[in-house]
Amino acid sequence: MLLHDTALIYGRHLRQSLRSRFGLVFGMLVPLLYLLFFGPLLTHLPLRAQGSSWQTLVPGVLLQLGLFGSAFAGFSVIVEKNQGVLERMRVTPVSRLALLLGRVLRDATVLVAQAVVLVLAAVVLGLRAPLPGILIGFGFVALLTVSLGSLSYATAMKVATPQEFGPLVNATTMPSMLLSGLILPMTLAPGWLNVLSHLMPFRYLVDAVRDAYVGSYTTAHMLYGVLVALGFALVAVTVGTRVFRTAGA
Amino acid sequence: MAIISTAGLTRAFRTKHGLVEAVRGIDLVVRPGEILGLLGPNGAGKTTTLRMLTTLLAPTGGAATVAGCDLATDPAGVRLACGYVAQSGGVDPQVTAREELVTQGRLYRLPKARAAERAEELAHDLGLTDLLDRRTSTLSGGQRRRLDIALALTHHPKVLFLDEPTTGLDPAGRAGLWDLVRRLRDEHGTTVFLTTHYLDEADALSDRLVIVDKGVVVADGTPTALKLEHGGSIDASLQETFLAITGRGPAPADATPVAV
Repeated sequence: MLLHDTALIYGRHLRQSLRSRFGLVFGMLVPLLYLLFFGPLLTHLPLRAQGSSWQTLVPGVLLQLGLFGSAFAGFSVIVEKNQGVLERMRVTPVSRLALLLGRVLRDATVLVAQAVVLVLAAVVLGLRAPLPGILIGFGFVALLTVSLGSLSYATAMKVATPQEFGPLVNATTMPSMLLSGLILPMTLAPGWLNVLSHLMPFRYLVDAVRDAYVGSYTTAHMLYGVLVALGFALVAVTVGTRVFRTAGA
Repeated sequence: MAIISTAGLTRAFRTKHGLVEAVRGIDLVVRPGEILGLLGPNGAGKTTTLRMLTTLLAPTGGAATVAGCDLATDPAGVRLACGYVAQSGGVDPQVTAREELVTQGRLYRLPKARAAERAEELAHDLGLTDLLDRRTSTLSGGQRRRLDIALALTHHPKVLFLDEPTTGLDPAGRAGLWDLVRRLRDEHGTTVFLTTHYLDEADALSDRLVIVDKGVVVADGTPTALKLEHGGSIDASLQETFLAITGRGPAPADATPVAV
């Protein structure tokens, strides 16, 4: 039943996303601008011992896409709460977990599809990276989306208005982005900033994807990245499930 | 034989201003096939009561059964037995009426083909056949309300809960909805539990009225009995009766309800 219900909710929301082509394109705009107008600035900078600047920048841009794409996902739940759609569904026997999973899996699908387009654009601009590494990168984008999406939906269930939700998400995503070294690697940072950035879960994810993009799959970064991504997803989905089970309470 | 029975049903909310008791011990018995009107000023606890009885909100005290299923121990049974139309309705403005009806059928675990069939049946019963392929945002208030009710009837519920079903409808829409509610009861024996602000509606539609104020039941009876008992005569208007019972006038229909 969980599978049946999740597929149903997933399909409903995927159709919703596909109806809004505008949203799909604009979701990619900011990361694309980073590639176009920021990427070329880095090509001659010694960012890392291994690989080109693109192999450092693109992983960061992909996770940035995942971060912003999923952190704001909760807005849709606020709208659906006001329309009464969510309550209408919650009086049916539908699995509460499916109401969450259908949504986060839709987000993961959309963001991975956008990530594919971004990587293709990056290849045109000069990115060269091994295919397995690129695929691993998509895996991390998907996991990050599921995690942050869950937290975003859970938060949206708890707040009453979009006016509260927007600033709240903004105030968490901006520092997360800066402190994780998504734009430039934290190895460039002074010691205190580097230490601080290790408190950010995304730091481990971006380090892992950067290793994957240079073909190093068995590094400590990769191990920590996988562990943190899975752990974070587990915690986030658990929190999300609890909120969706007891919502309204 | 009661189809709904509640004992001391209570709901408190934690707010910035401390604990607020929206519903403070409601005792109710509803008989099968009855049209029950829950009446009360804004903030009396009508919506909160409905949301508890439909499993949307866990009570903080008391107990209730709906169609023989205990609210606390068998919420799944309650969900199968009841349909609910919130005041706001519950459709996505971007999708068609058909998609909403089919999705609802699938949420009640009907196989695909059966869900499509059920959508047609419901549309036929509620006069929505010609509107099936229109987006719900293009429907009139009355049409959308009929769609909301069709969604709630997908699984042939024994009890239908309607939260202020006629708020915002024009006179024709209201009359149509009254007919529909009576027809559901007469043809299918559906018990209808509705809240309303409109005293004429409560008078015309309900077999029995329960008046709540500040979270408790303050009067319960047929409209006639209530008029006689509280209004002083059988010719008293329900308005006078209501004032006598609650000590104040009914709230205007367009006042904002307490959102919980």
